Amino acid sequence: MRLFGHKLTITAQIGIAIVIINIAAAVFAPLIAPFDQAEIVGDAWADPDGTYWLGLDNLGRDLFSRMLFGARMSIGLSLVITCLSFCIGIFAGFAAAVAGRWLDILLSRIVDLLLSLPTLIFAFVLLSVLGTDLPVLIGTIAILDSTRVFRLSRAVAMNIVVLEYVEAAKVRGEGLWWIVRREILPNAVPPLVAEFGLRFCFTFLFIAALSFLGLGVQPPEADWGSMVKDYRDMINLGVAAPLYPAAAIALLTVGVNFVVDWMLSIHSRGHGEGA
Amino acid sequence: MTTERRPPAEKRRAAGKHAPTERRLGEEILLVEGLCIEARSEHGPGPVLVDHISLSLRRGEVLGLIGESGAGKSTIGLATMGYTRNGCFISGGRIVFEGKDIRQMSSDERRKIRGRGVAYIAQSAAASFNPAMTLFQQVCEVPVRHGLMSMAEARTAAIQLFTELDLPNPATFGDRYPHQVSGGQLQRAMAAMAMAAKPDILVFDEPTTALDVTTQVEVLAAFRKLVREHGTAALYITHDLAVVAQIADRIMVLRHGKMVEVGDATQVLQNPVEEYTRRLVADRVESHTVVALRRPDEPPVLTIDRVDASYGNVIKVIDNVSVDVRRGDTLALVGESGSGKSTLARVVIGLLPRQKGDVRFCGESLPAHLHNRTKDQRRRIQMIYQMPDVALNPRQTLLEIVGRPVAFYFNRSREEVRARVIELLRQVELPESYLNRLPGELSGGQKQRVSIIRALAAEPDLIICDEVTSALDQLVGEEILKLLKRLQEELGIAYLFITHDLGTVKRIANKVAVMLKGRIVASGDTAEVFAPPYHPYTELLLSSVPEMRADWLDEVLAKRQSGPVNPLVEALR
Repeated sequence: MRLFGHKLTITAQIGIAIVIINIAAAVFAPLIAPFDQAEIVGDAWADPDGTYWLGLDNLGRDLFSRMLFGARMSIGLSLVITCLSFCIGIFAGFAAAVAGRWLDILLSRIVDLLLSLPTLIFAFVLLSVLGTDLPVLIGTIAILDSTRVFRLSRAVAMNIVVLEYVEAAKVRGEGLWWIVRREILPNAVPPLVAEFGLRFCFTFLFIAALSFLGLGVQPPEADWGSMVKDYRDMINLGVAAPLYPAAAIALLTVGVNFVVDWMLSIHSRGHGEGA
Repeated sequence: MTTERRPPAEKRRAAGKHAPTERRLGEEILLVEGLCIEARSEHGPGPVLVDHISLSLRRGEVLGLIGESGAGKSTIGLATMGYTRNGCFISGGRIVFEGKDIRQMSSDERRKIRGRGVAYIAQSAAASFNPAMTLFQQVCEVPVRHGLMSMAEARTAAIQLFTELDLPNPATFGDRYPHQVSGGQLQRAMAAMAMAAKPDILVFDEPTTALDVTTQVEVLAAFRKLVREHGTAALYITHDLAVVAQIADRIMVLRHGKMVEVGDATQVLQNPVEEYTRRLVADRVESHTVVALRRPDEPPVLTIDRVDASYGNVIKVIDNVSVDVRRGDTLALVGESGSGKSTLARVVIGLLPRQKGDVRFCGESLPAHLHNRTKDQRRRIQMIYQMPDVALNPRQTLLEIVGRPVAFYFNRSREEVRARVIELLRQVELPESYLNRLPGELSGGQKQRVSIIRALAAEPDLIICDEVTSALDQLVGEEILKLLKRLQEELGIAYLFITHDLGTVKRIANKVAVMLKGRIVASGDTAEVFAPPYHPYTELLLSSVPEMRADWLDEVLAKRQSGPVNPLVEALR
């Protein structure tokens, strides 16, 4: 099997399959799900049967439906946040690399400051103060996450800025925006794409952690992290309910990592002898 | 002639792992038969890099492998150690070393040969040494690793080799780290590293290409001495015929992975049989013609007036430099690396602000900072870079690369830009169909042509050419020089031509300025500067350019030891 002209390894195939299934579940959740995520259809903790494939939850909602809607929320939210953090991080990082020493020092020190604080605790404080609306959640995590994107994009851009075609553009008199958009960005895409996959995983886990702590997605919206939180006590009573969302989180993370590993390996094939 | 040059038998190294009778000179040590190497990717088979090459190497013999880039010479050199670059595979033939085919060996057996049987000296010594280890550690590693010597023995042997290679303070030289020695010394240290395990064959892969001409002479002499005294067989890979003339007994000319010609060194250089070899040799001879003078009465396009510049206010890189460039002139700035010639170009462009003096363009003073210059001032000075690979954005098509200055400086419409780019492509003999190609799809010479038309697109009065031919093959570089000359005749542009290659200067420049340590030590018409009486540094530079006679190196060395040039130049440095 091949993708973009490169051979797919077995782990990459598994990873792509996982990612596609998850994305399909997220996109088509309203069509696939037999019930609504907030609809109470029976007794609490009813066992799985032909109608309720994974059983019912603490309020008698269908677990399978909630899993599908949870995918929609978790994956959609992570994607939005990762995209936003990349826009901020890439623009700031490139600007720091191109615009000169002072902007670089200013941005880098701000980023150092943000990085020196433990992310989860910092997010905790911010969300407690600002509230847990979705836009606030998105903005907070995106800004915290963009510090790491800034580091990478600045480093990548630094290597490109010293090349002569960028110097030629500067000498010609091109503006900052043109240099960033036309000279640097096209050449920085491969490492940034791989980083996008990794950052997506971290954001995904981060939202799950926040939801688990009660500061992420709020009920009645389903989300894998808050589902683990809501059902966690039942593990003591032999009910498998918390294991499904937990397993889904683990599986998607592993799947995305497989894909990212494969993408990274394309650009850095090891040396060998062919004698 | 081979036997005459050989040193007496007692000078040869004592036998280590072999019986003395096996060590006779002239005995065949390496035999390569019908070697084929192909590049192969996961997309399927790629080009054939080496096509049915056969060669043999006898003990004490030096075989020069000559060819332009892509001729497969390095690939052959690596193959003698049973190694290929990533993505390449030996697809046929035999490589017999001491009676055994390397291709049939296990990877453990091959590893035993490397360093002990065949050792490799790479082009860039700086990239081949570990910066975190001392030279002793790295030179001694090979024999200790192969279990041939103890650390103490290896150290003694290393000191012996450093002495033979004329390195300063041989006893303590090895305690230094790679960054603490000069480029030429490091290259010799690498030869010591290769010699440490007393290999039967040395593979020299362009070992002097990255060095300055004056350094090249010393390093070349050290290599030759080493090879002769130890009676080691060697493959000497280079693109420079004059260099190989000094060291090789036999020469093999390669092109596109195929053998063109092989023979005795003097025969190949003086009476080449094949057309291709003749062109390579003829090119060297042609280089001694001087460009005719141009009208001297016009006012200068560029005046550099007593300019000083430095990096970080500490080291003065440009010291009181004054130069004039007139319309239609080609002024060559000549000097070794670190002489400040590229820095001077940066000062003219405005990337490095000058500290003192003035730079005037068509009579008006240019602001020191690039930021303060107007669009028109920027347009009229353009630059062509040394490495076309990094001078062109790999993700832009030729239409974008060349069209951008047209659109940027002249505000033309899309159709006009396209028409202008096509016209420019035609001027440098590139087909119109290249419009949508990326730089990666072009050859080195074609990329440099694109760099040239990117500069021309701005319709400048002055083009700064920074070592524009040094990254190119000899014949391709020659075409680029001819193209530049033709464009100058058509458009009357002035060139500020930065180069370290005196041959290039003689072919393109009518004026020369020789730079040493940030100062101009000699300047004037090419014919005058390069004719006696010389400035001593000019004489040193001129005498360091290898000539295609086998006895050239001996002559130069003899002259340097007796002549008055050396102390004067040492004092200048």
